[in-house]
Amino acid sequence: MTSRPELKAPPEIFYNDEEARKYTSSSRIIEIQAQLTERALELLALPDDGVPKLLLDIGCGSGLSGETLTESGHQWIGFDISPSMLDVALEREAEGDLILGDMGQGLGVRPGVIDGAISISAVQWLCNADKSCHEPRKRLKSFFESLYRCLARGARAVFQVYPENLAQRELILGYAMRAGFAGGVVVDFPHSAKRRKEYLVLTCGPPSLSSATPKAKGEDEESCSDEESSGDEENQTVSISDRHRPRKKQKLNKKVKGREWVLRKKEQMRRKGNAVPQDTKYTARKRKARF
Amino acid sequence: MRLLTHNMLSSNIKGVTNGFPLRIEVEKVVEKSVDFNPDFLKNMFAKIEYKALVEASRIMGYAELPDHAEPSMLESDDFLRKFHHALMELHLEEGTLVCPETGRRFPVNKGVPNMLLHEDEV
Repeated sequence: MTSRPELKAPPEIFYNDEEARKYTSSSRIIEIQAQLTERALELLALPDDGVPKLLLDIGCGSGLSGETLTESGHQWIGFDISPSMLDVALEREAEGDLILGDMGQGLGVRPGVIDGAISISAVQWLCNADKSCHEPRKRLKSFFESLYRCLARGARAVFQVYPENLAQRELILGYAMRAGFAGGVVVDFPHSAKRRKEYLVLTCGPPSLSSATPKAKGEDEESCSDEESSGDEENQTVSISDRHRPRKKQKLNKKVKGREWVLRKKEQMRRKGNAVPQDTKYTARKRKARF
Repeated sequence: MRLLTHNMLSSNIKGVTNGFPLRIEVEKVVEKSVDFNPDFLKNMFAKIEYKALVEASRIMGYAELPDHAEPSMLESDDFLRKFHHALMELHLEEGTLVCPETGRRFPVNKGVPNMLLHEDEV
């Protein structure tokens, strides 16, 4: 497993000319970025009125995600810290305006003007302390505060992130909440190491029905050719509401491992010739948690 | 960089109270045609700082935009087209954006403004 790019060098150095070109010429990466952007757009839940919106693409890189935004009919402004990546974006004639900037320094966008923000595979870079003057917490604070300010009321921000560990995820979420965002984490395909993707879905303004955390994707929504385990299909959503509201615990949606599944498996085993206990009313009964 | 983006950007330097609008120093302007979308324009009109847009478009060499605008003018196709042209079709390719308070210069190359702040400005 290759090591994380975040551990190798700061983004403006890691994404140099060579890496930028390599990244953007990989058809696999282009495909994945398009999928991630489409999913992020879905989670952004923009009104379906056919009016183009003004969006931010944070960590827009070489414009791969921006292309999907343009194809969806929106206008966008992209931020990135790597000049090499932005050069590639210019070559690819990205339709959105590009800004060379550091999200950890604050976005510098006027209050209330942006209809939505996305970020694909970028926000986790904020957690690095690449320079001695970099305090990740200060940068996270600057970023989220400036983002909260520039978003219009009711607008959302959706970030597809690769946090290194639980602590990083909590750190990012914590600063988002502190800035005033409500929201939660949506994890698609939580049990597939390859396909697992995390989205931070943040909303501005008071929590309401429309800002309830969206449902994550499990296996039954896509045909999987490379999936070897036919086991768990748990859709997990973690909802984090703001401080003044009681915490809502989302129920785990157990599609399998119900009584039916157990009975089926037992039949299978019997057919194979294994010794299987009789099916009684106690089969697959819910046990106490301590069990 | 279109004037749409310029109208959204403000100077982020520590201590600056009002970093908007950034003054434009033009070296090269390019006109690119963009699809005309009246719905988008009407939506954006409420968010745009109109005065800043007019000033910026004049500096970029486009003088057709009226000094003042009322929402009622959005019904006029003529005004909408001028608004569209100024907002979406004038690109600053080379030049500088200047912070109105500190005078700090942000260069614009190939249409990309460099808004990276130095350590002491954060």
